[in-house]
Amino acid sequence: MATRTIGRYALLTFCAVVVFLPIYVAVVIAIQPAARVVDFPGVLLPKSLTLEPFRNAMRSGNLGRYLVNSGVVTAFIVGGQVITSILAAYAFAFVQFPFKRVVFTLFLATLMVPAEATIVANYETIQHFGWLDSYQALVMPFLATAFGTFLIRQAFLGVPQDLRDASALDGYGHWGFLRGVAVPLARPAIAAFTVFSFLLAWNQYLWPLLVTNDDAHRTVQIGLKSLAGANVANLNLPAAGAVIAGLPIFFLLLFFQRHLVRGLTSGAVKG
Amino acid sequence: MASVAFEHVTKRFGDVVAVEDLDLHVDDREFLVLLGPSGCGKSTALRMIAGLEEPTEGAIRIGEHRVDGVDPKDRDLAMVFQSYALYPHKSVRQNIEFPLRSRKVPPAERTQLVQDAAGQLGLSTLLDRKPRELSGGQRQRVALARAIVRRPAVFLMDEPLSNLDANMRTATRAELVELHQRLGTTFVYVTHDQVEAMTMATRVAVMSEGSLQQLGVPQEVYDRPANVFVAQFIGSPPMNVVPGPVAAPLGVGRDDVVVGIRPEHLMIGTAGISAIVRVVESLGHERHVLCEADGHRLIVRCPAHGDAPVEGDAVHLSARPEHLHLFDASSGQRVA
Amino acid sequence: MAVPVQAGGAEVVVGRRKREWPLAVILLLPSAVVFGLFVFYPLARTIQLGMYRSDPFGGLGRYVGPSQYWDVLTSESFLRSLGVTLKFAALTVPTGLGLGLGLAVLGHQQLRGIGVYRTIFSSTVATSVAVASLMWLTLLNPSIGLVNQALTKLGHEPIIFLQRPGWALVSVAMATVWQNLGFTFIVISAGLQSVPDELLESARIDGAGPWRRFREVTLPLLSPTLLFAFVVLSINAFQTFGQVDLLTHGGPLHSTELLVYHVFQRTSNDPSTAAAEAVVLFGIVLLLTLVQLRVLERRVHYGD
Ligand SMILES: Nc1ncnc2c1ncn2[C@@H]1O[C@H](COP(=O)(O)OP(=O)(O)OP(=O)(O)O)[C@@H](O)[C@H]1O
Ligand SMILES: [Mg+2]
Repeated sequence: MATRTIGRYALLTFCAVVVFLPIYVAVVIAIQPAARVVDFPGVLLPKSLTLEPFRNAMRSGNLGRYLVNSGVVTAFIVGGQVITSILAAYAFAFVQFPFKRVVFTLFLATLMVPAEATIVANYETIQHFGWLDSYQALVMPFLATAFGTFLIRQAFLGVPQDLRDASALDGYGHWGFLRGVAVPLARPAIAAFTVFSFLLAWNQYLWPLLVTNDDAHRTVQIGLKSLAGANVANLNLPAAGAVIAGLPIFFLLLFFQRHLVRGLTSGAVKG
Repeated sequence: MASVAFEHVTKRFGDVVAVEDLDLHVDDREFLVLLGPSGCGKSTALRMIAGLEEPTEGAIRIGEHRVDGVDPKDRDLAMVFQSYALYPHKSVRQNIEFPLRSRKVPPAERTQLVQDAAGQLGLSTLLDRKPRELSGGQRQRVALARAIVRRPAVFLMDEPLSNLDANMRTATRAELVELHQRLGTTFVYVTHDQVEAMTMATRVAVMSEGSLQQLGVPQEVYDRPANVFVAQFIGSPPMNVVPGPVAAPLGVGRDDVVVGIRPEHLMIGTAGISAIVRVVESLGHERHVLCEADGHRLIVRCPAHGDAPVEGDAVHLSARPEHLHLFDASSGQRVA
Repeated sequence: MAVPVQAGGAEVVVGRRKREWPLAVILLLPSAVVFGLFVFYPLARTIQLGMYRSDPFGGLGRYVGPSQYWDVLTSESFLRSLGVTLKFAALTVPTGLGLGLGLAVLGHQQLRGIGVYRTIFSSTVATSVAVASLMWLTLLNPSIGLVNQALTKLGHEPIIFLQRPGWALVSVAMATVWQNLGFTFIVISAGLQSVPDELLESARIDGAGPWRRFREVTLPLLSPTLLFAFVVLSINAFQTFGQVDLLTHGGPLHSTELLVYHVFQRTSNDPSTAAAEAVVLFGIVLLLTLVQLRVLERRVHYGD
C-alpha cells in the first residue's frame, strides 16, 4: 500500500476512534463491574462481563416502565404524524380548493415556530385540559407536522397526472386513488419520514420533562435524569441507562439508516 | 355501444382557447381519428369526452344523454394514455384488474375477465410482471387490456402509439383495426400522425388551433381537402401551394386563388411553370425533386430509377387540370 | 350504458361531480386543529402573556402592556442568559460545521471499507440529548471519569469539567458538537455526493490540484448545503436545553444558563417573564429561517 493510502486510513481511523469513543466507553462501562471502572486503561478492554449495571439501572431508574411509556407515546406520535401528514399532503397535491397557497404557507410557517418558544402557553393549555401527567399531554401537541406534510406532498407531486386521470376512469375517487395509488407510490418518502419522526419522538426531552411528574407517564429520556448527577460515584448506572435508552434507536437505524438519511437530507439538498 | 357528440363545445384555460365551437358527431361503432398538429386541442377534446375536463360552453353527449358534470367513472368509457398510465407498483394482473375492483366485480368473474383480456392481447404469460419489467410494446398492450377488460361503450385513445418504434407501430395499427372490428364499439383516437389517421380511421376529423377543419373519410379528406391547412397537413411530402398567377401556365385564369398540387401530380416536361431544380433527394423507393419557381418552392415526386434532372437544371412543371386544388386566396377555403 | 338515467323523458344525470373543497377541509382538519391549538394559539398567547407581570405565586398577575417586554429583556438575568447563549452558539456552530465538513470530506474518499467509517461518523445521530449527556457525564466525571483518569495517569491535575465556570460551558458545547456531528456529517456528505463528478474531472484536466478543486468547485456547489447545516446548527444552539439540565443545571454561577433553560425554570412559577423571553427565542429562530429562505431563493433565481 502506498504511504499515502496508509496515511488516509490512519486519519480516518483516528477520527473514527474519537467520534466513537463516548459510545464505546458507555458500552464497556455498562457491561463491567463497578470496580473495573477505576482501572484505566484496562476498562477499555472489557473482561469479567456482567449484566448487573443493566439490572441496577432498570431497578433504580424504573426504566422498564419508562421504556413502555416511551414506546406508547412514540407509537402514537409516529402513527398520528404519518396519517395527518398523508392527508394534508394529499389535499395540497391533488385537491382543488380556494386559498390553497395561503393555507400551505400557514402550514410551512409552523416550521418557524420552535416548540421551545411555545412551552409556556402550551403548558397552560395542557394544565387547563387537566392533562398534566397523561399520555395526551405527551402526544397531542405532536400529532401533526408540516415537515412530514411537505415531504410527502413532494412525493405526491411526482405522481404523474395521467395516473390520477387513469384511476378516475378506472372508477376511483380521491380516497381510492389515495389508498390504491398515491400512498403506495409515495412509500419511500413516507418511510423516510416515519423513521425521522420516530427518532424525534423517542428522543424528546424538554416537553415530557415539563408535563410529567409521575412514574406512570414519564418517558425513558426523562428517566435517565435520575441516573445522572455530576458526582455520582457509580458510573455503571448512567452508562447502562444510556445504552438502554439508546438501543431502540440503534436498532431502528441498523435497519432503516437509508430512510433516515433521506429524511435528514431532504431539507438540505433540494432547497 | 354509443355515439359521442360535441355540441358547439368551447374550452378555455384562462385566456387560452384550447377548443373552439367544436360541433362533431361520432357515430356508434365508428373509428374516429382526431388529427392535428401539436397544441391544436385534440387531447383537450378527448379529455372532455372522458370527463377529465368540463367544457366551458356547449354540451357533450354520450349516446342520448348529456354528460355535463357526470363523473368519468360513470361515463362507461375507457381511455388509453400516451404514457400508458400503468400503475408502476402493481403487477400486470393487478393493473388490468384495477377497474374491475372498483366496480365490485366478484373475484371469480374478475379472474376470468382478466384472463380473457390478457389472452386477447397476448399477455397471458406476463401477468405477474411489473410494468418496468416490460418492453414498450408490452406496456402498450397492458394499457389496452386494462381498457377492454370492462367492455366500455366508448374507447378513447390519446396517441397510444407514439412511444413505439416504427415497426411496432405498423404492427399495432393493424391490431387496433382488428380490435375495433372485434369489439364493435366506438373508438375516438387522437394523433398527430396522418399515417395512423389514413390507415385506421373510418372518418377523420382534422383540427387546427382549436377548431374543426374538415370531417370525412380519409380518402375524401386526401382527395378534396377543405382548405389550405388540411391540404398541407395531410400528405407527405406536403401539397405544393402557389399563388394563382404562378400557376397561370397550367391554365389557372384567376388571381384571387391559391393553387394546390400534390407532389405526385406534378410532371417534369417541356411545358408549364418554369422552375430551377435546387435539390434532389433520393429516398430509395422514390426521389423528391425540390424546385423553385418565382420564389416559391415546389416538390415533385419522381420514380427512383430512370432519367431525372440534376441540381441547377431549368425545367417546366405541369399537372392535369383535375389535379389542381383551388382555394380562396384570402379565406383559404376550397373553391374548386 | 350504466350511467345517465332517463326518467320519463327528462334528462337526469347521476354521479354529478361534487365540489372538492369539502374534501380538502376533511383532509386538512386534523393537522389544522393541532397547529391551531399547539402552534398558532400558543404563539399569540405567549406574546400576550409577555405583557403581564406574574404575581409572586406563579399566577398571571396584572397586565402591564408592551413595556413589560422592555423590563424583562433588559433585566440582568435575561441579558446574561442571552450572552451565554450567544457564546454557546459561537462555541458550537463553527466547530460543528468545520468538523462535519472535515469528516464528510474524509468519508467521501474512494477507499475499501469506507462504509464502516461512514457508519461510525453518522453514529451520533442515534443518540438523544439525554443519552449523549449521560455518555459525557461518564467521560467527564471529576474523579473516576475516564478523561480525568487519563489526565492523572499523564501526571496532570484532574479537571472539574462541569463545575468550573471556565470549563462548564465548554464541556456542554463539546457534548453538543459531538451529538450533532452525525447529523452534520450526513447532510454535508449528501451535499458532496451531489457535486457532479464531471465538474471535478474537468477541473482536474484543467490542471487544478486537489486543494483548488475543493475550493473552487466543491465548496461553491456545497454552499447551499453548508448554509442549511449552519442554520440548523444555529437554531439548535438557541434551542439547547437537555444538556444543561442534565450536565450542569445552568451552573456554576449561571455560566451555562442558556435561554431555553432560563425560560424552562420560569415556566411554572413566573410564566409572564418566561413568555417574554420565549418570544425573543421565536424572533431569533424566525430571523435565522428567513435568512436561509432568502439566500436559497436568491440562489434559485440567479444561481447556476
Ligand atoms: N390544463 C391546461 N391549462 C392551461 N392550458 C392548457 C391546459 N391543457 C391544455 N392547454 C392548452 O390548450 C391547448 C391545446 O392543448 P392540447 O393538449 O389539447 O393539445 P394537443 O392537440 O393534444 O397537443 P399535443 O399533440 O402536443 O398533445 C394548448 O395550447 C395547451 O397549452
Ligand atoms: Mg395531446
